[in-house]
Amino acid sequence: MLRIEGLTAEVDGKPILKGIDLEVPAGEVHAIMGPNGSGKSTLSYVLAGREGYEVTGGSATLNGVDLLGMEPEERAAAGVFLAFQYPVELPGVGNANFLRTALNAIRRGKGESELDAMQFLKLARARLKELQMSEDMLKRGVNVGFSGGEKKRNEVLQMALLRPSLAILDETDSGLDIDALKIVADGVNALRAPDFSALVITHYQRLLDYIVPDKVHVLMQGRIVQTGGPELAKQLEASGYASVQAAA
Amino acid sequence: MPAVAETLDTVQSVTEGTYKWGFETEIEMDFAPKGLNEDTVRFISAQKKEPEWLLEWRLKAFATWQKMQEPRWPAVKYPPIDYQDAYYYAAPKKKDGPKSLDEVDPELLKTYAKLGIPLKEQAILAGVEGVGDSPSEGGRMPIAVDAVFDSVSVATSYKERLAKDGIIFCAISEAVHEHPELVKQYLGTVVPPGDNFYAALNSAVFTDGSFVYIPKGVRCPMELSTYFRINAKSTGQFERTLIIADEGAVVSYLEGCTAPMRDENQLHAAVVELVALDDSQIKYSTVQNWYPGDAEGRGGIYNFVTKRAQCRGKRSKVSWTQVETGSAITWKYPSCVLLGDDSVGEFYSVAITNNHQQADTGTKMIHVGKRTTSTIVSKGISAGKGQNTYRGLVRVAPTASGARNFTQCDSLLIGDQCGAHTVPYIENRNMSAKVEHEATTSRIAEDQLFYCRQRGLSEEDAVGMIVNGFCREVLKELPMEFAVEAQKLLQISLEGSVG
Ligand SMILES: Nc1ncnc2c1ncn2[C@@H]1O[C@H](COP(=O)(O)OP(=O)(O)OP(=O)(O)O)[C@@H](O)[C@H]1O
Ligand SMILES: [Mg+2]
Repeated sequence: MLRIEGLTAEVDGKPILKGIDLEVPAGEVHAIMGPNGSGKSTLSYVLAGREGYEVTGGSATLNGVDLLGMEPEERAAAGVFLAFQYPVELPGVGNANFLRTALNAIRRGKGESELDAMQFLKLARARLKELQMSEDMLKRGVNVGFSGGEKKRNEVLQMALLRPSLAILDETDSGLDIDALKIVADGVNALRAPDFSALVITHYQRLLDYIVPDKVHVLMQGRIVQTGGPELAKQLEASGYASVQAAA
Repeated sequence: MPAVAETLDTVQSVTEGTYKWGFETEIEMDFAPKGLNEDTVRFISAQKKEPEWLLEWRLKAFATWQKMQEPRWPAVKYPPIDYQDAYYYAAPKKKDGPKSLDEVDPELLKTYAKLGIPLKEQAILAGVEGVGDSPSEGGRMPIAVDAVFDSVSVATSYKERLAKDGIIFCAISEAVHEHPELVKQYLGTVVPPGDNFYAALNSAVFTDGSFVYIPKGVRCPMELSTYFRINAKSTGQFERTLIIADEGAVVSYLEGCTAPMRDENQLHAAVVELVALDDSQIKYSTVQNWYPGDAEGRGGIYNFVTKRAQCRGKRSKVSWTQVETGSAITWKYPSCVLLGDDSVGEFYSVAITNNHQQADTGTKMIHVGKRTTSTIVSKGISAGKGQNTYRGLVRVAPTASGARNFTQCDSLLIGDQCGAHTVPYIENRNMSAKVEHEATTSRIAEDQLFYCRQRGLSEEDAVGMIVNGFCREVLKELPMEFAVEAQKLLQISLEGSVG
């Protein structure tokens, strides 16, 4: 379970997160919605440990383990996975090589044996098939020349391979066509398990038709201002954030 | 603190001990008296029982060298070299050249085993032997190795196997005796003794190196390689390599090198000459891993090397691939003189400078024949306080109608105390020729590092992976087995100072 208490953080000396309290019990999927610039991506970077995102107070633990004191790769080994809002290109780095290196790094961290090239390929092919992705994806440079939708699917592929205990999906649905959206949702739903939790950041209620969240939180100006069930997302879709602001 | 700067910081502290080839072999050696004069030249020639013509050739080169000045144009800095304060000949004690691998000093065999260089010939699988063109054991090609230890070749493997195809692969000192007509015909014809300061020095005092001759129409059935090891203190290594591909011949050759870690600078001034006749192909790959000096810039090899190929024949092709990770200073411009019509020259280079390393390297493509083409892909990586200069000349003679060149120079900077410089010279004297040059400079971006680390990679592995990606176009030109080695080497040379 992810537990965040009184978390504050700043970027370049500017306070962005102003006291976040959030609990995602194991086995649950929560959605975070909120206007542009409200701090959703900042929250995901702070949890993943990105440089420059300075924690100024509060705590964040995953299954009781303090996340904030760890290096990004240690958090990854502890089970944190972030699907990036803007996946990064790594020119010349083969996607298969990258995926295998990542998978083996995580497996090492968990004390599991590393996979050789053949074992990896078998596993990757199975996941590719589930995500209806072409094997060509493995041969290309990481995200290089990928379309927006392909990049997002590549994030989900990585998530499916790495099998995190906490997945944070930052607008993974943005830029996806309707078929891709279903595939991505299936990818997340396939991971649902008693020891898996997810934070799904989105602007659109339609994703939540496919990934039905246990809870929906509204983040505004660095604070969670409202929490509800799936119906909250529908309400926001209908009337926008102005109503929330008024209520808060 | 930005990620990269922090990487530099954290890892700068563990610089020492990352050079894994820095051990020294205890072995009894014969030395020439310290210093350099005519007697030194005579001593070396006498040690090798050379014919009179070669001694004369050396003495002439020595006289030329004495009148020459060290080049000052490279963008590298170092204190004056005292050429009298070094040994020009150092060889493990022995009676004669080793007749077979069994006679090689076990101490040397151990040394090469420790370096991971296979000197022992693996039994070529029964049945495959007869096939000729594709010997392999367990699916892997055997590699023929000439091992040069300080001033002498101590062993050459697979000689008999290669001789079956008429291929000559031996120490150049041996070729002088066994194949004098070939050596006389080609030695110094690509790099004349007076070509430059270091070439003249090499011509006077060169000690050993490899000789390769591939006869007409023969495709060399295995990789040939030479492994250079500097071991003795205060000793320069001056090797000389000569490769001749006769009409239609094809050969792939690889050189590797290492040296012990020492506080002193040691000089390595080699000359490599390649001759490609009609329709022949030479692929020459280098993985240069001389000791680079420590984090403060103490010690390391001065690598002042002249490498040149002449594509004499029509449709001949020479491809240079180099991965330069070592040496305190690298001064090196593997070049192609494209004489034959439709001949092809290629240069693929990765040069890393870390800590206080300096590299001034590049190529010269001289287009003389019609429709000659050349490709240059250079990847420079600077980290720490490293300085990396690409210096390349593309010259198109008036005769080279329809010549084409494409040059791509990319620099990657890690940290903010290093430098990358690109110095292209283009001299085009034929209107129909096409010369293209592209250059980029980039840094490892913070978001790239974070992305990798979020996926569980350590910072060092992330940098290694990004750097290897940056070099991919060059690394894929290396023979398979060596590409893997080179990738590891790239990562290791960044370890301890970049991450
Ligand atoms: N590196 C940065 N430098 C300066 N300001 C930043 C930086 N990163 C984020 N911010 C600021 O922090 C605030 C929150 O940004 P964040 O990216 O977390 O918003 P978001 O909720 O993810 O928005 P969106 O829905 O548009 O993705 C914004 O005002 C943004 O400008
Ligand atoms: Mg965002």
